[in-house]
Amino acid sequence: MQLIINGEEREVRSQMLGELLKELDVSFPHFAVALNQQVVPRSKYDTTPVTEGDKLEIVHAVGGG
Amino acid sequence: MQSSEFKIGDKTFKSRLIVGTGKYKSFEETRMAIEISGAEMVTVAVRRIELDKSKDSILNHLDPKRYTFLPNTAGCYTVKDAVMTCQLAREAGLGNLVKVEVIGDEKTLFPDNEATLEASRLLVQDGFQVLPYCGDDVVLCKKLEDLGCVAVMPLAAPIGSGLGIRNPYNIKLILEAVKVPVIIDAGVGTASDASRAMELGVAGLLMNTAIAGAKDPLKMAQAMKLAVESGRMAYEAGRIPKKLYASASSPLEGLIEL
Repeated sequence: MQLIINGEEREVRSQMLGELLKELDVSFPHFAVALNQQVVPRSKYDTTPVTEGDKLEIVHAVGGG
Repeated sequence: MQSSEFKIGDKTFKSRLIVGTGKYKSFEETRMAIEISGAEMVTVAVRRIELDKSKDSILNHLDPKRYTFLPNTAGCYTVKDAVMTCQLAREAGLGNLVKVEVIGDEKTLFPDNEATLEASRLLVQDGFQVLPYCGDDVVLCKKLEDLGCVAVMPLAAPIGSGLGIRNPYNIKLILEAVKVPVIIDAGVGTASDASRAMELGVAGLLMNTAIAGAKDPLKMAQAMKLAVESGRMAYEAGRIPKKLYASASSPLEGLIEL
């Protein structure tokens, strides 16, 4: 299935967001996800499905002023 | 002897210096500069994770027990992007104090004040404690206070310009008009700029490039720490009025007569 993750098309196997984050090996201590421009609460990762063409933004903190 | 503490929202700080974490050569240099600066609040940006790259994060190098994080919305040009960035930061566990920054012009990085007002309003309604980066305009700052911002952060000069306090009179007017802390955000170049800003009576100072961009960032971090402290103490001590003519420091009586 193709998803658009951080602006890039990507072929993934996972059907659920929680599973997808493991597949992508997202393991930062602080990160957050927006699915189709909606912030997904951490508690809902395992119950949020992802479907073909979904747009995901996965962000974290970086140095900035 | 120490200068007084200051409060932002529900937090109390000893240091009046807030520092950014951008533009350093390494995470280690960032960590050391921030430690030396004595800052207790540090800004971070929110950006896309680079999948398939290093998993190291700035947050692995900054102790969350020691520092309050202030995620910013740097690089946002719209209300929608700024609001979403803050919501993502909160979900990422960075707290609910946010530096709202909606840029209106690429060259000067001056804020879009209208969009800043709107984004701040929406974020206050959503439960955030908002610190807006804004123009040094008294009417604007009053409006930001009225809608519930916990501080206002007028710029002293363009971000990263190092031009110093361009309009101390406007900052003075803002200080007279608002009750929330006034924090100068952006434009400081060197220690005397920081002291001068604090001597005006502002509650705090936020800087990044002035330290990170110095030849020796660690030494500049120390210089800024001292400048902010001494500027604040001079403000609290109350300077003497300026006079046109001299007034002797030694007694006029008891002079020898030849």
